[in-house]
Amino acid sequence: MNPAVLSIRNLKTQFHTAEGVVRAVDGIDLTVRSGTVLGVVGESGSGKSVTALSVVAVFSQHQGKIVAGEVWFNGVDLLTLKEKEMQAIRGKRIAMIFQEPMTSLNPVFTIGNQISEMLRLHLKMNRKDARRRTIELLDLVGIPSADRRVDDYPHQLSGGMRQRVMIAMAISCNPEIVLADEPTTALDVTIQAQILVLLEELRKRLGMALVLISHDLGVIAEVAHEVAIMYAGRIVEEAATEELFAHPLHPYTQGLLASLPRFDKAGSRRERLKAIPGTVPKMTENQLGCSFTPRCGVAIPRCSREEPPLKEIRPGHRARCWVAFGET
Amino acid sequence: MMDTGIPTRSDPLRDESSGTALLSVKNLKKHFPVRGGLFGQKNLRVHAVDGISFDLQKGEILGLVGESGCGKSTTGRLILRLLEPTSGEIRFMNENILEADARRMRGLRREMQIIFQDPYASLNPRMTIGATLEEPLIIHRIGTREERRDRVRRLLEKVGLDPDVVNRYPHEFSGGQRQRIGVARALALNPKLIVADEPVSSLDVSIQAQVINLLEDIQEEYSLSMIFIAHDLNMVRHISDRVAVMYLGRIVERAPAPDLYRQPLHPYTEALLAAIPIPDPKTKRKRILLEGDLPSPVNLPPGCRFYSRCPKRIPDCLKADPPLVQIRPDHWAACILAQ
Repeated sequence: MNPAVLSIRNLKTQFHTAEGVVRAVDGIDLTVRSGTVLGVVGESGSGKSVTALSVVAVFSQHQGKIVAGEVWFNGVDLLTLKEKEMQAIRGKRIAMIFQEPMTSLNPVFTIGNQISEMLRLHLKMNRKDARRRTIELLDLVGIPSADRRVDDYPHQLSGGMRQRVMIAMAISCNPEIVLADEPTTALDVTIQAQILVLLEELRKRLGMALVLISHDLGVIAEVAHEVAIMYAGRIVEEAATEELFAHPLHPYTQGLLASLPRFDKAGSRRERLKAIPGTVPKMTENQLGCSFTPRCGVAIPRCSREEPPLKEIRPGHRARCWVAFGET
Repeated sequence: MMDTGIPTRSDPLRDESSGTALLSVKNLKKHFPVRGGLFGQKNLRVHAVDGISFDLQKGEILGLVGESGCGKSTTGRLILRLLEPTSGEIRFMNENILEADARRMRGLRREMQIIFQDPYASLNPRMTIGATLEEPLIIHRIGTREERRDRVRRLLEKVGLDPDVVNRYPHEFSGGQRQRIGVARALALNPKLIVADEPVSSLDVSIQAQVINLLEDIQEEYSLSMIFIAHDLNMVRHISDRVAVMYLGRIVERAPAPDLYRQPLHPYTEALLAAIPIPDPKTKRKRILLEGDLPSPVNLPPGCRFYSRCPKRIPDCLKADPPLVQIRPDHWAACILAQ
C-alpha cells in the first residue's frame, strides 16, 4: 500500500448562518495515498466540498471555521500553520481544480499570465522561462497551438478548454496532491470523457495523488481507487472502489446505486426507479442517531437513538450503520 | 446558402396519412441574428435549430438529447411558441400553430405546458404555492373560486405534497419539492403535451428518481405526450419511448429507445454512449474519444456537421450535409456511412 500523503483526522468545520450553526463537516477521517485517486461522493450539503476547502484553508467571507481536527501533510499538521506558511503549500504542493473554470480564472488576464504568475511566485522562474514553461504545460494538457492560445483570455476558450487551463495551472508546480471538486460536472459528456482521460494520464505521468470529489458514481467508478461516501457531514462508507461497488453496505450507498437508471442494463420494459424517499437533511438540525434514519428503509429503533461508529465490516471496508453491523 | 432542409422524400411524416400524431414538426428552423465583424456590419446567424422534423404520438415520450448548444432546449421552446421559429411547420392536433393568432394561441397553450430545469428560478418567490397553482386557472377562467381552490389541493396531492402547503412560499421548499410544484403547475390545465426541459438535472441524485417516477405516473394517468429534454443519457433511455439525438441544430439519429442504445447508427451517438460513465468498475468498455469541441453554430462547416470530430470520417462526408434517412424500421440516421 502506498504511503499516505494526506491524512485528515476528526475534521470538523462549521458555518455560522442566520439559521444557526451548520455542521458542514462533522468529524471525518480520510487518508490519501501517494499516486492514487481517492473518490469522495456526496450530494449537495454532504460536506464534500467543504472538506477539500478545509484542507487548503480557503473560506469565503471567513464564515467557515475549522473547530477541530488535524490535517497531516508530510509530517506537518496544516491546521497549525500560519497563513504565510500555508501560502507556500497551497497551489504549489496541494493544488485545486474547481467545478466552474470561468469563475476561478481571472477574466482580465490572459491564461498565459495566470499560469506564469504561479510559476514565478512558487518556483521563482523569470518571465521568459515562465512563459516557455506555460506553453509546455498548455501543450501537455492538450490545448492545440499552445504557443498562440497562451495569449488568449478565458472568455475566448470553450468550457472544456478552460478546464484544461485550470488543470495546467494546478499541475504547474508539480504538486503532490490535486484536489478536484466536481471538475467535469459543468462539461458535456464527450468533453468530460476527454478531461477524465487527461487527468488520469497526468496523474500517472507526474505521480501525484488525486482527490476527486463528485456526485457522479459513474465518474467515481471509472477513476477512483478508493471511495468515501459522505452524507450529512460524515463518511458513511469507505472501501476500495471495486469492493464498494460490488458490496455496498450502507443503505444510503445501496439506495444511490439502486436509484440510478442504467442504459447498459435497461430491459425492453420500463421499470420504476427505486427512489430514496425524503429529502437531504438540513445541517442545522441537531439530530440524535444516524442522520440517514428518516430516509432509511431498514432502520431499527437504535438508529434514531444512537449514532453508529464507522466500523470495518469486510476487509478494508468500513460502514457507519447498525444494520450493516448485524444488529436487529 | 444551401438549403439544409430535410428532403421530404426521405423523411415523410410517419403518420401524416393516419393523422394520429399529436404533434408534427416539419423542417423547423430557428436562426438567431448575431452581431459579427469589426463594426457589427456582417449579417451572421446562429443556426440554433436548423431543419428538424419529428412527430409525437398521443401518450408517447420522446427524448431529446444532445450536448449544450445542440438546439434541444430551443426546440422545446419553439414547439410551445415561446420562441417564434424562423421557418417550418408545427402541427398540434392537426392545426398549424404558427398560423394561430394570439387569441387562438392562448387557447392552445392550455393544451401544452412546460416544466423548466431550475425549480428555484421558475417559481415566483413572492407568490404562495396556492396562488401560483391557481393563476393559470384564473387566466383561463376555469371554475369558481371554490372549485379552483379544490383543484389546487388535489393537484398538490397528485404530486405528493401536503395540500396544506398552499399558503407557503417557494423558499420554504427543497429543490425536489419545488420541482413537484412545477409539475403540479404544468398539470393544472389538464394539458395534452408537456415539454420537460432538463427537469431533474439540477436536483440531487437521490431526489432525481422521485421526480422521474412522478413524471411517469402522471404521464400514464393522463395519457400525456411528453418531450423529455435532457443531457443525461441514462435518464433519457429510462423514460423515453423514442429518442432523437441532436447535434448542431440537427437531428442526427432517431429511433425507439432500445434500438438507439443497443445499435446506434450515427458515430456521434456511438461516441455519446461510450462516454457515459458507468457506475460499475468491472464494466470495461471501448472508449471513443472525440477530438476537439463543438464547432461554432455561426460558421457551420460544409458537409456533415460532425465531420470535424468524427472518428469515422471519410472525404465524401464533406460533399453534402447528409439527410436523415430510415435505415432500419423506424430507425433514422443522418450519416452516409450508416446507409
